[in-house]
Amino acid sequence: MNSPAAAAPLTAQAFKSDYKPIWCPGCGDYSVLSSFTKAFAKLALRPENVAVVSGIGCSSRIPAYTNCYGFHGVHGRSLAAAAGLKLARPDLTVVVASGDGDGYSIGGNHFLHACRRNVDLTYVVMDNHVYGMTKGQPSPTTEPDWDSKLSPGGTGLRTFNPLVIALAAGANFVARAFAGDPNGTAEVIAEAIRTPGFSFVEILSPCITFRPEQREWKQLVRPAPVTHTDDAARAARRLMTDDGFNIGVLYKGERKSYQPPTGKGKKHPIDLEAEFAL
Amino acid sequence: MSTKKSTKKIAKPGMKPRTKSSAKPSVKPSAKRNAKPTVKKTAAATKPKSASAPKRALAKAAGKAPVPSASEFMAYAYAMEAEAAERYAEFADSMEVHNNREVAELFRKLSRIEQIHADQILEQMGWDRAPVTSADVRWQGAEGPETADPTELHYLMQPYHALQIALHNEKRARDFFSNLAKVTKDAGVRAGALEMKEEEAEHVRLIEEWLKRTPKPDPNWEADQDPPVLSD
Repeated sequence: MNSPAAAAPLTAQAFKSDYKPIWCPGCGDYSVLSSFTKAFAKLALRPENVAVVSGIGCSSRIPAYTNCYGFHGVHGRSLAAAAGLKLARPDLTVVVASGDGDGYSIGGNHFLHACRRNVDLTYVVMDNHVYGMTKGQPSPTTEPDWDSKLSPGGTGLRTFNPLVIALAAGANFVARAFAGDPNGTAEVIAEAIRTPGFSFVEILSPCITFRPEQREWKQLVRPAPVTHTDDAARAARRLMTDDGFNIGVLYKGERKSYQPPTGKGKKHPIDLEAEFAL
Repeated sequence: MSTKKSTKKIAKPGMKPRTKSSAKPSVKPSAKRNAKPTVKKTAAATKPKSASAPKRALAKAAGKAPVPSASEFMAYAYAMEAEAAERYAEFADSMEVHNNREVAELFRKLSRIEQIHADQILEQMGWDRAPVTSADVRWQGAEGPETADPTELHYLMQPYHALQIALHNEKRARDFFSNLAKVTKDAGVRAGALEMKEEEAEHVRLIEEWLKRTPKPDPNWEADQDPPVLSD
């Protein structure tokens, strides 16, 4: 992460762009946007030192709404773009925004290897258990019995458990947050950015258009009953036995973040570019 | 999440303003309008504090532990009003984007009112800037007691619905101050809380009057000939 800037800290509002979000009224992503900007302000970051990278989906619109560098990439490939950016510009704070469809389905393989590589990124996934932008198809985190016109009787498929997968694949920081608690979520995002290596934050972000029952989430979430651990196996056991509504930092490891090779054999970007010139 | 089962089928997106929230009231001061604060101004109150440390103490204010001092009480009051103003502004933006201009205008008005309240606290306390921001405060619930719940919105909602949301929040604020006045051991905080409780009660009455002047929604207010949801 960046060193604190010398200039006066900016307010959260200063990190919001002039574009108004076009999410459905009541979408949890509004609050996540607020948490992003509060976290940046809390860390006294400067817009010119922050990049928000995303893929495709409702949640991936966030770069347009933040006042900093942004990259709205292709479906499921946000982590690849973000890792390249971070390695080329290690001075930037790089935050990646995704959703459960973009991040766990088409982007699932990138997710595994981003955890494994442990590049110093913060990966925020807004999980609403549905593909919202394309009108309500089941996603990898949709419950097997969720009955809808597009999945009559439910998919019957076991849900993906992203936090456990992240632990198994080597993420250095794992947390769950709730969009309805924007200040708490901002603290978690700030802590994720502060922690070196690959930090994964899953945010339960209700989609009340396609999943109106998710309004109940605010009654179900509660702080995790125990403090975070640095033992991935213990964290995984806790996550595999909870009901998915414990929020807070759940795991914080000590892995050293990935550093690109230096010295002999490393080519300057200009030389690399020349190799590809037509 | 793997063991969780969904029990409900997809339903129409609907804003069903609730009459009672399950969210616990947290903090809510509203040094409003022209009211003179009864809390004594102290040196600490006039000197802006660092905005870096989360003020978790307040989280317990409405339930068990009292707000530590009258000046902190006013600082939290500011944060609470500012958070409410910010939320209504977000609602207004959302409604504008969805071309519901009447409700957007109403939310914009509510945001302005809450911001005026926040600014009045700064003025009354002689603060140049906010001693805490809304992001620095952790409420007893997830958000402040005057902060509207985003999941109550609907793109076709009408002014009556928006006013119901506002009424609900003013009632939560009133109840919060009432409870705080009962549990605090600080005389200054108690006096401030009682004063704010009365102000919030007045706001409740004003919005109830406003609601009486506002047409009730048609029973089919959420009907859409071109619905965004495939299953509608």
